[in-house]
Amino acid sequence: MSSGSGVRAAWQTALLHCALVLICFLTLYPVLWVVGLALDPAQGMAQGRLWPLPAHPSLQSFGELLGTQDAAGHFLFLRQLANSLVVASLTTLVGLCASMTAAYAMSRFSFPGRKLGLTALLATQMFPATMMSVPLYAILNSMHLLNTLSGLVLVYATTAVPFCVWMLKGYFDTIPRDLEEAALLDGATHAQIFTRVVLPLARPALAVTALFSFMTAWNEFILAATFLDDAARFTLPVALQRFVGEYKTEWGHFAAGALLVSAPVMAVFFALQRHLVGGLTAGGVKG
Amino acid sequence: MIAALFLAFAAAAPRPVLLWHAYRAAEEDALIQLVDRFNAEQGDYRAELLALPYDAFASKLTSAVPTGHGPDLFIFAQERIGGWARQSYLQPLDGEAKAGEFPSTALQAVTFEGHVYAMPLALKSVALYRNRALVPEAPRTSDELIAMATKLTDPARGKYGLAYPVSDFFFHAAFLTGFGGRLFDEPAHKLVIDTPEAVRALTLVRSLALEKRLIPEEPTGTLVTAVFNSGDAAMAINGPWFAGEIHGVDYAVSPLPIISETGLPMRPLLSVEAALISARAREPEGAKRLARYLVSRDAAVLRALVGRQVVATSAAYDDPRVGNDPLLSAFRAQAEVALPADNTPQMGAVWEPEKRALASVLSGGASPADALAQAQRRLTAITRAAPPEKSPWPYLAALAAGLLGLGFLARRKLRGGGGDLPVTALSRGTLRAYAYVAPAFISILVLVALPFAAGMGLSFFHHGEGHYTFIGLQNFIDILASRDYRISEPMSFYFTLGVTLLWTLANVTFHVGIGLFLALLLRDPLLRFKGVYRVLLIVPWAVPNYITALVWKGMFHRQFGAISALLVAFGLSPISWFTRFSTAFAANVVTNTWLGFPFMMVVALGALQSIPQDLYEAAEVDGASRWAQFRHITLPLLRPALLPAVILGSVWTFNMFNIIYLVSGGDPGGSTDILVSEAYRWAFQRNEQFGFAAAYSTLIFFFLLGYSALTRKLSREPGLESA
Repeated sequence: MSSGSGVRAAWQTALLHCALVLICFLTLYPVLWVVGLALDPAQGMAQGRLWPLPAHPSLQSFGELLGTQDAAGHFLFLRQLANSLVVASLTTLVGLCASMTAAYAMSRFSFPGRKLGLTALLATQMFPATMMSVPLYAILNSMHLLNTLSGLVLVYATTAVPFCVWMLKGYFDTIPRDLEEAALLDGATHAQIFTRVVLPLARPALAVTALFSFMTAWNEFILAATFLDDAARFTLPVALQRFVGEYKTEWGHFAAGALLVSAPVMAVFFALQRHLVGGLTAGGVKG
Repeated sequence: MIAALFLAFAAAAPRPVLLWHAYRAAEEDALIQLVDRFNAEQGDYRAELLALPYDAFASKLTSAVPTGHGPDLFIFAQERIGGWARQSYLQPLDGEAKAGEFPSTALQAVTFEGHVYAMPLALKSVALYRNRALVPEAPRTSDELIAMATKLTDPARGKYGLAYPVSDFFFHAAFLTGFGGRLFDEPAHKLVIDTPEAVRALTLVRSLALEKRLIPEEPTGTLVTAVFNSGDAAMAINGPWFAGEIHGVDYAVSPLPIISETGLPMRPLLSVEAALISARAREPEGAKRLARYLVSRDAAVLRALVGRQVVATSAAYDDPRVGNDPLLSAFRAQAEVALPADNTPQMGAVWEPEKRALASVLSGGASPADALAQAQRRLTAITRAAPPEKSPWPYLAALAAGLLGLGFLARRKLRGGGGDLPVTALSRGTLRAYAYVAPAFISILVLVALPFAAGMGLSFFHHGEGHYTFIGLQNFIDILASRDYRISEPMSFYFTLGVTLLWTLANVTFHVGIGLFLALLLRDPLLRFKGVYRVLLIVPWAVPNYITALVWKGMFHRQFGAISALLVAFGLSPISWFTRFSTAFAANVVTNTWLGFPFMMVVALGALQSIPQDLYEAAEVDGASRWAQFRHITLPLLRPALLPAVILGSVWTFNMFNIIYLVSGGDPGGSTDILVSEAYRWAFQRNEQFGFAAAYSTLIFFFLLGYSALTRKLSREPGLESA
C-alpha cells in the first residue's frame, strides 16, 4: 500500500504532526468557548481574554440538562436523544436507498429524461427553503403524516437525496465498467452486480453521503418543531432551541446541549471514516 | 387523589384543551403548576401544555392554525394581534377582559379595531436597574443619570456608568418618547421615523455612547449581563427577565427618569404577553375558561411569585407578597407610563430601519439627522403600497401555452433520446432505469416540487394584511427596475446580487481549498492518529452552528473579543469589524469558512479514493515531482467526484443566510445582506409581503439555474468523459 508520497524523513513526519496539531487547535478554538459557556454560564461570549475556559468550571449545566423530566417522570433528554437517533438513522437509510439506485441508473443507463432528471435534482436545491414550509405542512397534513417521526424522516430524506444522487453518480462514473461487464458475462444479474460489485467499490462515497444524510436530519429544528406536536416526539435540536428565548438565552444549557448533540455525530464519523481510508482501489476488488 | 381521578373518569372524560407557549424556567414552572390546579379544580376540561422554541413558534402557528391542527389557546406578545385578527386566526374576547381588571395600557395593547383579542397575562417593558453599592439613589432626571454615570465611568479601567443594547429600538424607544417623539402619524396611522424629536433623542444617546463613553462598545445582551454582574456597569436598562440573570450584585429597579430637556418621562415600549384563542379552537369554551383562570387573582399571584412575572391582573397587587415586592412594583409602575407597542401589522416594519439607523450612528459615527432620513427612505421602500390588481386570465393563458409548448418539446426530445421507438415500446433497460429512479423522484415530486410550485405561484401576488391580490409581474418589475434605490446603493437588487456572488465565490474557494488541502494531508494511510485528526477537524460541522456562529460574533467584538485581544497582544489596535463593509464581509466569510470546510474535507477524502493508486506509483517511477503528480493526476481525476459537491456547495452558499444573519446581521447598513436574506426579510420582517419574497426567491432560482447551465457547459457533463 503505497501512499504516493514515498518515504518521509522523520523530521518531515514531525513537522506534519506539528502542523496538524496547530490546525486542530485553531479549528477547535471557537468550540473551546462553547465548552467554556457550558462549564460556566456566567461568563459571556466576549470577555476580553484569549483563553476560553473558565477558572471555576462546574458541570451543573450538564446535570440540569440530563435531569429534565416531563410530567410523567420520564427523562426527556434521553427520550429526545432516542428520537433524534431514530430519525437521523432512518433518514440515512431511506435517503441512501433511494439515491443509490437513482444514482446508479443515472450513471449506467441511458434513458430519456436522464439529463433533465439530473438538472431537476440540482434545481430542487435552488429555491430558498423559507417559502416552502407552509405548503409542505399542508401536504404532510393531507398525507396524515403530521406529528409523526416518519413524516419527518420522509422530508429530511427527500432534502438529502439530490446531493446524495449527484455525489454517488459522480463516484460511480469513476468506477471502470469492465468489472460489471465481466460479471455480466459470468451470469450475474443486474441486481447482483449492483450490490456485489458496484456498491462495495463505492464505499468512500457511500460513507460521505451517509454522513451527509445523517447531518441533514441531526441538526434541523424549524421543520421538526413545526411538524411535531408532542414534546415526547421532539428531536434534540428542538429541545435545544427551547433555551433560546424571546428576551434571553440560557447559554449554559444551550452550550452543554450543543456539545452533547455533537458527540454522536463524531462517533458516527469515526465509525464511517475507515471507509474513507485508502487501499480499496479499483485495482483491488473485494466484497 | 386516586379517588378523585376515578370520580372524574366516572363522570365524563374531561375534554382536552391545548395550550401552546414558549415559556422557560420559572415562568414555565408557574404555568405547569397552574395547569395542574386547573385540571384538579374542575372536571370538564383537561388542559395540555406544549412548550415550543420561540424561534419556531410564530411560523408553526401560521402553518397550523388555518389547517385546524393548532392549539385552542396560545401565549404570545400582542405585537401580532392585528395581523392575525385580519387573517381570522383569532377569536375576539369582547366582554371577557373587563376594564379595571387590567391597567388601561395593557387592555389597549390587546385591542384591535375595537375588539379585545386576548387576555393580558404579563407586562414586559424595560426599566432602570442599578447596582446599589455604586448608585444608592435612583436618578430622577436624565441630567442626574448622566452626572452619576459620568462619575462612575472610566473606560481605561473597563468601568461604565450605563449599559444597554443601544442599537435595539425596543430599548431606544424610551429615549424617543422622552423627547416627545411618536411612532405613528395619525389619523393615517403611518409610521414616521425622521422627526425632529427622533433626531434630538438620538443625538443624546450618541453623546452618551460616543462622546462621554458612558456605555461599553457594541453592547449586546450577553455583554450587558456580564458587565453588570462583574460590577463594571453601574446601571443597566433592561426588562424583568434580567433579574434572573443577576448574580452577586445588590441591585434595585426604578422607573426610567424624566428627560431634563423636555420634562417628559421616558416611556419604554410595553409588550403585553397575552393568552389568545384560536379561531379554529376545538374547545373554545374550555379555552376561554382556561384563559380566564390564568388571569384570575390567585393564578396571577402564583405567576408573580413563582414565575416572577409582572402580572397584568391589577388585583394581584393587593396581595402584600406581590404588592410589596420591589422588583414587581417598580416594573408595574413603569408599565403604567409605558407606551403599548402597536399591534397593527404596520408596526412590524419599524424595527429594521430603526436598527440600521441606530447602528450607523452609534457604531459608525453617522450624523443622527442623516441616519434617520436614510431610515425613513428605507421605511418607505419596504412599506410599499399594494400595486394595482390585474386580471389573471392573460397570465393563465400564457402559462397554458407555455406548458403545451414544453410538452411538445419534451415529446420530441423523448423520441429523439430513445431512438425512433414509439414511447409505448420502451425498452426493458429504460423501464429498469425508471424503476431505479422512481423512489427518489416521486418523493421529490410530492415534497419538493409541489411546495416549490406553490411558492413560485405566490410571486404573482401581493400579500398585505392577510389578503392576496393578483398583480401579474409587478413584483418582478419592482425588483429588477430597482424602483427605490440607485443601482450602486446597498439596498438595490443589483448591489445585493454582487455581494451574493462575491460571498459565494469567496466561501466556495476557501471551502474547497482548505478542505482539499486537509484531505491531502490526512489521506496517507501510514500517518499515525489520522483518525483522531479527522474527527477533530469535523467538529465545526458537528456542533450546532447557531451557537458557534454567535461565539464567532463574540470573538469579533471590538472591545471584548478574543481577536481584539490577540491583535492587542501583537501590539496592533483592535478593529471595529461591523462598521465597514470589507471587514464585516470578511467576518462573515471567516465564520462560514470555518463552518463549511469540514464538509468539503470529508467529500474530498472520499473523492481521493476514486483515484487508482497505481497511477501514483507509475508517476513515482517516472520521477514526477509531487506537485506534478498533484497537477496531472490528482486534480483531473478528482474532478468527477468532487465537482458535484462544488456545484451544490455554491448553490447552498448562495442561499445560506443564517450565518450572515447571526454574525454581521447585514451591518453596516444592510450592505452585507445577500439575496436570500432580502427574501427572508420581505417575508417575515416587512409586513409579511410573501409575494415579494417569493418573487425574490424565484429570481434566485432562475439565476442559479442559469449558473448551473453555465458550469455544465464549461465542464461538459461532470464525469461522463472519464467513465
